[in-house]
Amino acid sequence: MRRFLLRRLAWFALTLWAVVTVSFVLMRSVRGGPFSAERSLPMEVEASLRARYHLDWPLWKQYLAYLGPLELGPRAPTFLGGDGSDPFGGVLAGDLGPSYKYRDFTVNDVLAQSLPISLALGSVSLFFAVGLGVASGIVSALRRGGFLDFALRLLATLGIALPNFVVASLAILLFAITFPVFPVAGWGSLRHLVLPGLALGAPFAAYVSRLTRTGLVEVLSQDYVRTAVAKGLPPWLVLWRHALPAGCLPVLTYLGPATAGILTGSLVIERIFAIPGTGSHFVNSALNRDYTLCMGVTILYTVLVYALNTLVDLVSTWLDPRLSLEEA
Amino acid sequence: MGFGILMDRADDAWRGTSPGREAWRRLRRDRFAMASLVFLALFALLALCAPLLPLPSPMALDLALEPRAPTPPWESFLERGFQREQFWSLGALDRGLLALRERLFGDRQTAHWFGTDAKGRDLLARIVWGSRISFEAALAAGLVSLFVGVTYGAIAGYAGGRIDNAMMRLVDALYSIPFIFLVIFLVTVVNEYRGELGRLGIERLHVFFVVIGLVWWLTMARIVRAQVRALKEADFVQAARVSGASHARILFAHLVPNVFPMVIVYLTLTIPSVMLFEAFLSFLGLGVEPPQVSWGLIALDSSEAIGVLHTSWWLVFFPSASIGATLFALNVLGDGLRDALDPRRRG
Repeated sequence: MRRFLLRRLAWFALTLWAVVTVSFVLMRSVRGGPFSAERSLPMEVEASLRARYHLDWPLWKQYLAYLGPLELGPRAPTFLGGDGSDPFGGVLAGDLGPSYKYRDFTVNDVLAQSLPISLALGSVSLFFAVGLGVASGIVSALRRGGFLDFALRLLATLGIALPNFVVASLAILLFAITFPVFPVAGWGSLRHLVLPGLALGAPFAAYVSRLTRTGLVEVLSQDYVRTAVAKGLPPWLVLWRHALPAGCLPVLTYLGPATAGILTGSLVIERIFAIPGTGSHFVNSALNRDYTLCMGVTILYTVLVYALNTLVDLVSTWLDPRLSLEEA
Repeated sequence: MGFGILMDRADDAWRGTSPGREAWRRLRRDRFAMASLVFLALFALLALCAPLLPLPSPMALDLALEPRAPTPPWESFLERGFQREQFWSLGALDRGLLALRERLFGDRQTAHWFGTDAKGRDLLARIVWGSRISFEAALAAGLVSLFVGVTYGAIAGYAGGRIDNAMMRLVDALYSIPFIFLVIFLVTVVNEYRGELGRLGIERLHVFFVVIGLVWWLTMARIVRAQVRALKEADFVQAARVSGASHARILFAHLVPNVFPMVIVYLTLTIPSVMLFEAFLSFLGLGVEPPQVSWGLIALDSSEAIGVLHTSWWLVFFPSASIGATLFALNVLGDGLRDALDPRRRG
């Protein structure tokens, strides 16, 4: 267990370092720097901006300052020639730097504002994905070969095939315009969450449904389930106590990739529904060439995905004694 | 389908059905998969012949700047008004096809069977021309991922031991990176050099195809590695080794052809996700640029328009239906192929 976590941590450090380095190189390979597009800037203003964001430093120093954890500017520790008032900075100290476009904000400020919104949307769609997926998977498995099974499997294939922005447009057309039950777009109340959550969660619900069906069909034919039925347990108890925990293991392992996919999918969904989350900030930052914000979101999501995958691995070994962490 | 030299000889001697033919027979019995295959072939043909068909120009604006409801083909089939100038710069082949089309149909074009979009552009023409980008993206990225993934996976699986371990750990590490963010980041950076790349004849799209391919090889590598590992002690490989074949020859002449069925299955499952990703990026404004058109851009236009023009259902319906049908058919075909090629289901 400890060895597993240590090894994961080592790989995590390596991955994060690679992501930071690659995005730093990409960012700095842009010709003329981030302010070159604003042609109206007078020379002096641009020079002072460059000085403020330390773009006048040599590249290695900028890289070290971005990576951290030691601050290299005037507030650096005294042994580096600063006044020591704020000795830490950079990614390793959790500081993602100033935003190039929102000049009065740091990247951390922007993320602190937008991340809770994205997380709320993400949890709602994960809830939809697991709830709808497992429920339809159970129905499908129990009615195997029947019409309901066929219809649900068709729906699942359709759900996997349709892009989430198509689902979103159709959902808006249906539930916001033809039958105005939910708002077309915006943010603020719980009702604003339903359509985006549904559109974002739909493909994952479809996949979860497939996994649940396959898992359950296999488990239901096992001896211990037959024994449970034979000794007279009511069917729902057999399902709940014996079949589901084993049948849903693949769903659990899928939760890691699903969460990553939901995070990515929210880029589009947040844009369609005008939700001010991290995803829409990321897209805007890419379009506005706000490189520090872009990098910040990339790094944040790398950390999130890695942490979730590790968590899922831990939980699934805890639930399934046949797996061992040494192989994970 | 090649299944290795030795197996081919064995087949010749025995005159049985080859595994490839067997799989094809099974696939042909799967009605859904065959319907999907026919649909996809027709659609691909349509996309390929787009310049030859009497479609309106996908970028000709209507001065009314208002979406027009669909005119069913039985009410008005063809109308006049096609102008050849209304295109972005096309390749030589497409220009030739366009000239041929003018010979054949003159200035006649189909009436707006699918209606027009918010700027008055013909929706059917946009969907057909847009599908070309999707097919191109799928093809390019599929080929890159095929090349990189199969080579990488085969080498890792064949080498085994420490090399295999290190190579697969790298794949694991890459898996945990949310690549879409890095790709978007990369596309933004490439954007800055659009002028220079344009002079070299490289569009943003091409860079983007290669990048997608480079990202999508990970699962392919895993699958190929697992298959190669399972096969590498098989009798026919031993026989090749004993008869003095080099490692490269064993790997690429004997092992790789044997894992190809799995590779094809995985490829049919990769292609929809690549198409989806192209649409996704174009939707965000980071893929194909107007006046060119792709499915993502059409979806973006329609999702923007539907918030304002509540009654124009065709703006959402036709693009969604074509994207959905294509991706659905690809998924069904992939599932059917997997069933047909899976040796455990032989019967």
